Amino acid sequence: MTTSEITDLITVVIDGFEVSVPKGTLVIRAAEQLGIQIPRFCDHPLLDPVGACRQCLVDIEINGRAFPKPQASCTIPVEPGMIVKTQLTSVVADKAQKGVMELLLINHPLDCPVCDKGGECPLQNQAMSTGRSETRFEGVKRTFEKPVNISSQVLLDRERCVLCARCTRFSDQIASDPFITLNERGALQQVGIYEKAPFKSYFSGNAVQICPVGALTGASYRFRARPFDLVSTPSACEHCASGCDMRTDVRRGKTLRRLAGDDASVNEEWNCDKGRWAFKYVTAVDRLTHPLIRDASGELVQASWPEALAAAAKGLQENTSAVLVGGRATHEDAYGYSKFARIALGTNDIDFRSRISSNEEREFLAAHVVGSSTTYRDIDRADHVLLVGFEPEEESPIVFLRLNKQFRKRALKVSAIASKLSIGVEKLKGDFIKVAPGQEASAIAKQALTSLSVILVGERASESAGALSAVAALADSTGAKIAWIPRRAGERGALEAGAIGNLLPGGRPVQDPAARVDIAALWGVSSLPSDNGRSSDEIYAGISTGAIGALLVGGVDPLDGVNSADALAALDKAFVVSLEIAPSEVTLRADVVLPVAAITEKSGSFLNWEGRARSFDAAVSDSLNRSDLRILSMIADAMGASLNLSTVTSAAKEISTLGKWDGARVSMQAVPASQSSNLNSDQFILNSWRRLLDLGTLQKGEENLAGTARQTVAVISPSRAQALGITDGNLLKISTTQGSVTLPALVEDIHDDAIWAPRNSLGSQLLVNLGAGHGAVVTVVKL
Amino acid sequence: MTKLAPVLSAHWDEKDSFTIEAYTRHGGYKASQKALAMDPDAVIQLVKNSGLRGRGGAGFPTGMKWGFIPQGDNKDHYLVVNADESEPGTCKDTPLLMANPHVLIEGCIIACHAIRAKHAFIYIRGEVTHVVRRVNQAIEDAYRAGHLGNGIDLVLHVGAGAYICGEETALLDSLEGFRGQPRLRPPFPAIAGLYARPTVVNNVESISAVPAIVANGAEWYQSMGTEKSKGTTLYSLSGHVNNPGQFEAPLGITLREILELSGGIRNGHTLKFWTPGGSSTPIFTQEHLDTPLDYEGVAAAGSMLGTKALQIFDETTCVVRAVLRWTEFYKHESCGKCTPCREGTWWLVQILRDLEAGKGTEADLAKLLDLCDNIMGRSFCALGDGATSPITSSIKYFRDEYIAHITHGGCPFDPVASTLFVGAGA
Repeated sequence: MTTSEITDLITVVIDGFEVSVPKGTLVIRAAEQLGIQIPRFCDHPLLDPVGACRQCLVDIEINGRAFPKPQASCTIPVEPGMIVKTQLTSVVADKAQKGVMELLLINHPLDCPVCDKGGECPLQNQAMSTGRSETRFEGVKRTFEKPVNISSQVLLDRERCVLCARCTRFSDQIASDPFITLNERGALQQVGIYEKAPFKSYFSGNAVQICPVGALTGASYRFRARPFDLVSTPSACEHCASGCDMRTDVRRGKTLRRLAGDDASVNEEWNCDKGRWAFKYVTAVDRLTHPLIRDASGELVQASWPEALAAAAKGLQENTSAVLVGGRATHEDAYGYSKFARIALGTNDIDFRSRISSNEEREFLAAHVVGSSTTYRDIDRADHVLLVGFEPEEESPIVFLRLNKQFRKRALKVSAIASKLSIGVEKLKGDFIKVAPGQEASAIAKQALTSLSVILVGERASESAGALSAVAALADSTGAKIAWIPRRAGERGALEAGAIGNLLPGGRPVQDPAARVDIAALWGVSSLPSDNGRSSDEIYAGISTGAIGALLVGGVDPLDGVNSADALAALDKAFVVSLEIAPSEVTLRADVVLPVAAITEKSGSFLNWEGRARSFDAAVSDSLNRSDLRILSMIADAMGASLNLSTVTSAAKEISTLGKWDGARVSMQAVPASQSSNLNSDQFILNSWRRLLDLGTLQKGEENLAGTARQTVAVISPSRAQALGITDGNLLKISTTQGSVTLPALVEDIHDDAIWAPRNSLGSQLLVNLGAGHGAVVTVVKL
Repeated sequence: MTKLAPVLSAHWDEKDSFTIEAYTRHGGYKASQKALAMDPDAVIQLVKNSGLRGRGGAGFPTGMKWGFIPQGDNKDHYLVVNADESEPGTCKDTPLLMANPHVLIEGCIIACHAIRAKHAFIYIRGEVTHVVRRVNQAIEDAYRAGHLGNGIDLVLHVGAGAYICGEETALLDSLEGFRGQPRLRPPFPAIAGLYARPTVVNNVESISAVPAIVANGAEWYQSMGTEKSKGTTLYSLSGHVNNPGQFEAPLGITLREILELSGGIRNGHTLKFWTPGGSSTPIFTQEHLDTPLDYEGVAAAGSMLGTKALQIFDETTCVVRAVLRWTEFYKHESCGKCTPCREGTWWLVQILRDLEAGKGTEADLAKLLDLCDNIMGRSFCALGDGATSPITSSIKYFRDEYIAHITHGGCPFDPVASTLFVGAGA
């Protein structure tokens, strides 16, 4: 809240001290302002008050009239003339709190020594401050079978539960995920799930984190560590562009858990289950540890660093080289790749978009995204949010939570231009604007927005010709703000760092002489290449024509495009230097492989979709692995072209001196929409996106997490299903000339021309299996 | 001496008293015609003037409650009748609805008109299927006769049998299809009640009193009762008495008078203790026989008028046993939402069981009282408070009897002696 919005301040007296707080502030929160900690369990600043645990009872009088009994300070907003006496100054409040604490403990098991929460437990801590040292309870404790599974990744110990309803309120009020609730009554009341439908939430880890006792535990962390043995480091999430603040807890060099950090302007106190529970890839057994060089016989063999660096430098120097950097590089690493391409290789042939992309997108990014600053705050203030090629719950979960918050708070209007009605948009009661895949542009043009509206564009918009042109035109004509939300954490940073063929760092157009002078001066070089570089697809094509001979690749999955066979062939043909953490399709084909540090082993920052820097320190302090940036510097040195970026800090410092580009932006050539196709009765147009939980590389080894992934299905419309005699569960064979997948059918709300399947889920890896992305025509046969 | 004053129960002795014919024969549905011709605000004022107070226990002025409903807010308003009569000892709404359901229906029509509601709901406990059938028939008859359906609709909703659903906000949750647990207030039901719309929740007896007030005027109603407790009410006499049942009298009558009118304690026995208004009101003893049974009189003597459920226990009853049974009820019915009630009742039962079995100590009595102090006024709703009332009041009056259990090593009473079948050749 900015100071200008605080209009009504109310002054109250708490334990003899005056405090002025905004109207509507709860007494418990006002006391916090004074440093007075009132014990509590059910209270949570981001959940609606419930007043269930009764731990925070205080004495209150208003203008001389005292409440006849102590009041729950977590449910009562301050009022003028209010005098509050907490446990510190009221004998009654103190006894009330002690009485409640005693009651909470009578049925609580004394298993703190084997409880995950022991050592960081609000119940344990507050039992010390508010409890009695010896129990008066001589009766029989309530017992339950323990633990029971809430989902594959969350376990519930009902004996430890204090029934504060934080978990159920979180699922209801924040995530809007059904099927977890309190049931039974009295002392048998318990958290439960619906027996006929599984509790599947992308956000269930938050319930574990805000559980004030050890009732909810994560299957992956359970019994792994004691909190006091962990070393915690503030970190940022590498899984998507939401930009969550995180905390990484490490014991003896191994990450044991990750928690949502607290950043009110971004993720508040939440994160998604992928961000929380997908980190084993860092410690996977197949991590690369030594440099590798392809020897004369064609085998990759271990090499020393000097040998490997020399081989890489030689190969890159002897060929016309290009750079592919994946969307997961940190801002500093991407800056290193960008500078390396220009200084060491003398080329603008660099692209961070290791996925389906288009030149329309590249112009859109340069014209409308780089340097822009649409933020979460704009969503908070928006009158209407339009989603284009973007499924927030699957592709940027914290954006979904923010939309959901505004929807619940003030019925924010959300519209989605899509082929299929997604679960997330349904939860937001969004206006589903149904289009055939590939026909998004004309629907975008019809939207009525205002200058308060926000257009959230996903990276998939690039897969529909004309869509981004239409978005740009709509924003121009209405004044609506554009926010481009890629899936990967590093893409926005890579864009700002100029890891793309048409931009230099800081959004400076490659073709602008003044922009080149800026950067050349900063970098201390006489000139920079002046032509727009090639895109990913063009780079692969350039290799096959022989125009490009060598490739520097950092963190790229070549199977992540529709033409993966071409990409693999190009990698086979070119001299490839691969910077990677684990063996991949690239390292298999590389001539030099250089192991790099994973996210927890290095410092750096990501720019989230807002362009907001999310910096982090190395969580594992004693890793021998080096950052991409450090290795790039060493290769450049070996090539005789110094990057002068020996550390992440030096890169960050150089980036901070870049300044904003105040010259003309790249102008965007509008691209026409593609024609709609005429379909035979067995033909459909493919629509797909990646689900949050799928076969993504960074989710490797997380079985508990995978257990809550959504079921793999192929979705078709009721009328097409009827015409083809298909019902739910029928197996459908979806084929292209390149291959096929067979999936169970689900009849749902989707455009009649479209069939939807997840892009990278178990049994449905469409890019590899079909070689088809959004808008491709596929043939469907009922088996 | 105060006499009985049957108003609600005036014609209960007629065989067909529950039919629409009998009701109209005695002037039924004329009051609603009269009220519908009046300005809604005038109806509210009339009920305010009559001094009618809520008969569900709390005694809140009914007219004032109606007046809280915001007017001209272009929102739907609702009337909800609380017929979830579940308190041990309380048995007034069930006979009222069996004997004369139409008086409630007519009351609903008048109340809906006054608060500008188009829909009324009667929330009734699920166990009383005979009452459900009777009220449903009456509603059907009222629709057929055109009293309902012309701008006012009435729905009977059958609950699933939870004491907590007698708490008005838990009732609203249950009526909306959720699990019945009390809601945080504010917002109060008058602002955001059923489906978050302004809602009046009244007891069956309160609404049923309205037609007579409209028919006979506020002054007539004012002429009965005491200074601050106006009108007549149903006193439900049960337990160790010769003639249990409903006794309708002006507020302020005493138990001694009711016992004299009804035939007294069962023969050969003497009064030991009694509840003035159900199990959650602190118990009374012989010394309270002359306490005026109105809101103020009972409160001044340290209890609550409650639902006027006069449960009479004679000297054969073990007070520890009775209190334990009540406490077991509260443990079973605690909704579980808040800590003091949920955990407290769990513990209270264990201590009382030990005491009854002679396994307790005097220290347990102190612990019991301290525990009650930690529950009373600390719980989310009044259920927790009610659970402590029989315990604290019984220890106050019968501490020696608790001690006797300890010294005797068990209950000194013969439980059979307190049964109604004792001496019946059983």
